[in-house]
Amino acid sequence: MLTINGREYDLNGKTVSEALAELGYGEQRVAVELNESIVPKDQYNSTVLYEGDHLEVVRFVGGG
Amino acid sequence: MAVPTREEMYHALEERHGVELQRKLASAGVAVCGLGGLGSNIAIHLARAGVGRLHILDFDRVDISNLNRQQYFPEQLGEYKSDALYDTLKRIAPYCDIRRDCVKLTEDIIPELLCNDDIICEAFDKADQKAMLVNTVLEKLPDKYLVSGSGMAGISSANSIITRRVSRHFYICGDSESDVADGLGLVSARVAVCAAHEAHMVIRIIAEEYDV
Repeated sequence: MLTINGREYDLNGKTVSEALAELGYGEQRVAVELNESIVPKDQYNSTVLYEGDHLEVVRFVGGG
Repeated sequence: MAVPTREEMYHALEERHGVELQRKLASAGVAVCGLGGLGSNIAIHLARAGVGRLHILDFDRVDISNLNRQQYFPEQLGEYKSDALYDTLKRIAPYCDIRRDCVKLTEDIIPELLCNDDIICEAFDKADQKAMLVNTVLEKLPDKYLVSGSGMAGISSANSIITRRVSRHFYICGDSESDVADGLGLVSARVAVCAAHEAHMVIRIIAEEYDV
């Protein structure tokens, strides 16, 4: 299991891109931190999630 | 009435904030990216607090549709926001060192443009632009403090707007959900609540109080 925004998910072995798709987040509107480090957008496809990882997905909405 | 001297204004701030906090505020440099409902309010709060250096950035002009929530005047319609807000900030805080850039921020120019600012406020209105600025700052300027705003549309309770610390240098203010894309309007008071959250977190960071 790994943690995304404080909740546990069984997404071991998935990439960040696959996890975002599974959760319904659009890649153009998020910032993703893996174990407190930012994941650059061009590494979403190549960054694989492992047991015990902490993923923080900040989803932005419009208005300002 | 004549404008008070630099010393008179500084002393008045010291009396209200304390000598130590005012020293920190006066030596801080803050960038406000986007000068709409969030950014215009954030910049005014920081100018009133006596932040020493403000860097205001926006590419847009003042439009009549902005006047319901943004800190501009009808006679400023058509002016660049960076110029119009500069004039207002100078009236509030005549001795504040203000840099204005009329520019559309992109990934390519952000690192160089914001490299001299200590703290960066994200105050854009479009979700993808918010994400672009936040991602670029976290990737390219990881030592900066970053305060962002997301979710302040509509008329839900002001109490749902909070400040959250996402990681060591990154804070986000708002309710995380209320989206203008869902047809919600932007109402002055609720946008200002979110702006005040951002401005206050900036002041707390300057005071070296990093918790939310």
